[in-house]
Amino acid sequence: MAELVTYRESVAEGIAREMRRDRDVVCLGEDIGAAGGVFKTAVGLFDEFGPERVRDTPISEQAIVGAAMGAAMTGLRPVAEIMFSDFLACCWDYLANEIPKVRYMTGGQLGVPLVVRTANGGGLGFGAQHSQAVENWAFTVPGLKVVAPSTPSDVVGLMAAAIRSDDPVVFFEHKGLFAAKGEPAPPDHVLELGRAATVRRGDDVTLVALAWTVPMAMAAAEELAREGISAEVIDLRSLVPLDAAAVLESVGRTSRLVIVEENPYQGGWGATVASIVADEGFESLDAPVRRVAAECVPLPFADALEDVVLPSVDKVTAAVQALAAY
Amino acid sequence: MTHQLLDRYEQMAVIRRTEKAAHDLFLAGKVKGTTHLASGQEAVAVGASAALRADDYVFATYRGHHHALARGASPAACLAELMSRSTGLCRGKGGSMHLTKADAGMLGSYAIVGSHLPMAVGAAWSAAYRGTGQVAVAFFGDGATNIGAFHEALNLAAVWRLPVLFVCENNLYMEYTPIGSVTPVPNPAADRAGSYALPSELIDGNDVEVVEDAVRTAADRARAGEGPTVIEARTYRHHGHSRTDPATYRPADEVEEWLARDPLLLARARLAELGVPEGKVDAADERAERLVKEAVAEAEAAPGADPADALTDVWADGGATWRS
Repeated sequence: MAELVTYRESVAEGIAREMRRDRDVVCLGEDIGAAGGVFKTAVGLFDEFGPERVRDTPISEQAIVGAAMGAAMTGLRPVAEIMFSDFLACCWDYLANEIPKVRYMTGGQLGVPLVVRTANGGGLGFGAQHSQAVENWAFTVPGLKVVAPSTPSDVVGLMAAAIRSDDPVVFFEHKGLFAAKGEPAPPDHVLELGRAATVRRGDDVTLVALAWTVPMAMAAAEELAREGISAEVIDLRSLVPLDAAAVLESVGRTSRLVIVEENPYQGGWGATVASIVADEGFESLDAPVRRVAAECVPLPFADALEDVVLPSVDKVTAAVQALAAY
Repeated sequence: MTHQLLDRYEQMAVIRRTEKAAHDLFLAGKVKGTTHLASGQEAVAVGASAALRADDYVFATYRGHHHALARGASPAACLAELMSRSTGLCRGKGGSMHLTKADAGMLGSYAIVGSHLPMAVGAAWSAAYRGTGQVAVAFFGDGATNIGAFHEALNLAAVWRLPVLFVCENNLYMEYTPIGSVTPVPNPAADRAGSYALPSELIDGNDVEVVEDAVRTAADRARAGEGPTVIEARTYRHHGHSRTDPATYRPADEVEEWLARDPLLLARARLAELGVPEGKVDAADERAERLVKEAVAEAEAAPGADPADALTDVWADGGATWRS
């Protein structure tokens, strides 16, 4: 068995593999050069590829993502880092108005093959402006692909797919998973965007999860198994494209659905998944669809408060137990 | 060089008449939404285009008809876009504010003020990285100089020493408010260049020869690896900000003064000075008149936007599918 690797190392590994095979792949962002990124997710890139391909920028989110867009429109495949996903709001014009629309509004004349990577999510006590899970922001914008891996190997396989994609991809790396270890990605590992992974088979209930909520759902499934409830866990891996077929197929067998999402309940991605199942999988359901999501408040600082707001293993098991009554 | 100036004159005449046609078609109910006409600012687009290489990149604003036309879009394709025709530049998916002709290096018209300056910086970065010798040009209004993206773009372009030109069309008014009343420096673009250690040129934007010279000099510097230049071209729009604006906020004597400095009149006077017979200039006007008249007819006769196109071009595969 190969030595385990971290999620953090896998980010740099995934980018490096693509930079080796394609000279048009370039990186830009704050502190990504010699510093290797504030989360150490770019370690080694500067040394291997040099300052022309791994460029430090000023703290200018609009310039970072706007320049990445201009470079992508003219032949490069930029990988732009926005340090914390909360800061996407500083360049939201590019993600809401420019990048996703330019192909459409020019009648197909232009494309934007870029990746915007960003550290997402809570659980680390960073407070309200450095802890949000904002994949639902990107999910509301037609024209963006949205990826959020949960394992080191998936990080590499999805990074390859994202960089090779001719469409713009927002790539959410979860801060709470950076230290997590897993099997290294095999050589030439490329996953397909929009293909969910069934990470645990089960018969009684389907748990749909993403990124940080995948290990949470797995832990809940372990606990439920001890109570005699067999839970299936689906890691969506990407929100756009959304593997709705995998969810519908699973619910067709289990008849129960709990969606575990880190973003707030209000406007969360799980609402779209629930609406699809209500619309197209209604006949399969034996119980209401439940969503375990964050409370609709800003993320608090203290652990005791953050624990109240974020989803947890206990909240997932409680939701499933409540459905067992149906 | 007189024949070149006559060519520039004719290009400006075509733009002026295309804008007039857009205005008339709007009043006739054949153009919907809104339009932001650039009549009066033709010299900036034509002068700059004359100085650029065919493969250089140009980014414009929602007031961008003149830039699309100057880079080679046909009046028929522009007017067809405004008239929601399937033969429009963007097949009816863009409209007046998003005219684009990518195959001529005109990489779009953007309607969020200032948003395209960082894009031009990125295109210049790409050109420098690929070693193509291309330059990128962002044209923007005076109002864009107070938005964050302007400052972020100038700073990044300066520190990376990129081949990009920032060309401000200062027409003295943002929308309804004079730029001077909300900006602490008299020249909103040129006076800021120094903050980023960038050279700047303050020029007469109504003189097509002056614009061409300034852009050529800046483009040569950029191609030689000497970095960006800020050009502030003072000009004036003959119409209001958009279709609904009668521009009553502008003093009559100011309007009169600028109409007397109409770029077409200035070019005509210069051609006379150079000894070009008036008949040749009149002939250019007649050709422009005929071309635009035919363009209007062609656009009117074209089929409307195809409803099937509403669900295409979101993704590179041509489609709009977001789920399985």
